[in-house]
Amino acid sequence: MDDRTRDDLFEYLLRLGDDRLILGHRMSEWCGHGPILEEDIALSNIALDLIGQANLLLQLAGEVEGKGRDQDALAYFRDSGAYRNALLVETPNGDFGDTIVRQFLFSLHALLHLEQLQRSSHEVLAGIAAKALKETRYHVRHCGEWIVRLGDGTAESHQRVQASLDRAWRYTGELFDHDELEARLVAQGIATDSSAPRAAWDKQLHDVASLATLTVPNEPYMQRGGRRGRHTEHLGHLLAEMQIVARSHPEAKW
Amino acid sequence: MVTPAPVSRDDVYAILGDVRDPEVPVLSVVELGIVRGVEPEGDGVVVDITPTYSGCPAMHEIERSIVGALAARGVNGRVRVVYSPAWTTDWIGEEAREKLRRYGIAPPQPARAHEEVLIPILRRPPAVTCPFCGSRDTETRSEFGSTACKSLQFCNACHQPFEHFKAF
Repeated sequence: MDDRTRDDLFEYLLRLGDDRLILGHRMSEWCGHGPILEEDIALSNIALDLIGQANLLLQLAGEVEGKGRDQDALAYFRDSGAYRNALLVETPNGDFGDTIVRQFLFSLHALLHLEQLQRSSHEVLAGIAAKALKETRYHVRHCGEWIVRLGDGTAESHQRVQASLDRAWRYTGELFDHDELEARLVAQGIATDSSAPRAAWDKQLHDVASLATLTVPNEPYMQRGGRRGRHTEHLGHLLAEMQIVARSHPEAKW
Repeated sequence: MVTPAPVSRDDVYAILGDVRDPEVPVLSVVELGIVRGVEPEGDGVVVDITPTYSGCPAMHEIERSIVGALAARGVNGRVRVVYSPAWTTDWIGEEAREKLRRYGIAPPQPARAHEEVLIPILRRPPAVTCPFCGSRDTETRSEFGSTACKSLQFCNACHQPFEHFKAF
């Protein structure tokens, strides 16, 4: 692998891994706070899947980088400017509707993206994608059913989940951003185009929104920056909590 | 130092057949389909295992149990974790499925049929059969049960909640 490809792949793996690490951490914040026991378990299980995927992706990132950083070094000893996650996943949990909508929008893109990525020419990445795809299918279904239940529920649940969708909307554009780095990796068969799922994503979202009696926003303005390390203030607070133990007790084992 | 006697692949599988999955203790790690291979290595063996889910928290415990069970029989063993091909519930055999049913966990449906349902909100997979009374009048209470690999179901016929090993 030449130097350019190695650097590109490291950056690409950070994008994939950081999306899942940060969203997984957000979902873990629900542990013990779910609205009902079953949902507490479901949200925690989704968190576990995402953190498991992040573990594999960041481990691979560290190996590709070749500077001796493992997944823990990447997770706990980078500041927010070095994180490459999309802004959507760092947004605060808000109410249950906000959390479910955020997860659905992310997971629907991930599902369509991973379907392609499981055919990556990079064998290890392809294996991780194939595994994550299976997990993501359950996340999409679980959150999609909640969106239908909340949207087509009471007047209050309808109004609140519509507001969740409206709030999250401006962060969805970044999921589809395709840049030169990605294009170079796509040309080698390693990565897949993040913008490719657009049409299928729109259709599936509209189908679910229609069942849920919700309106898909059509606001064109999109907030972006996460892929370049320009994050909202929320990421710093999240990292402070996520990293405090590892930074206070480096090399600690338990 | 005692030199361990050479051990055959079948012997190793027999030993692993007694290592229970910590989360579904009615099945061995072999029956669960997570043992992907056994190879000789030096005077011992290396056992390939694959996680059920990416974040499976039981992996360390399983690894420890396997190494411990081999050591108890005088075999030097090491565990290697492999990720591809991804684990599927289709690797759980018929006998193991029957054990699950008797244990009160509805066994998984074929994963392939399940995976064709890309966006399952619009097309749900068929209802799960109740492991207690055999009724198909059941409903999914949650896609996630006590572990990521199980869902929570409820039988409308015998009014029993039960777990289902999800097709994966």
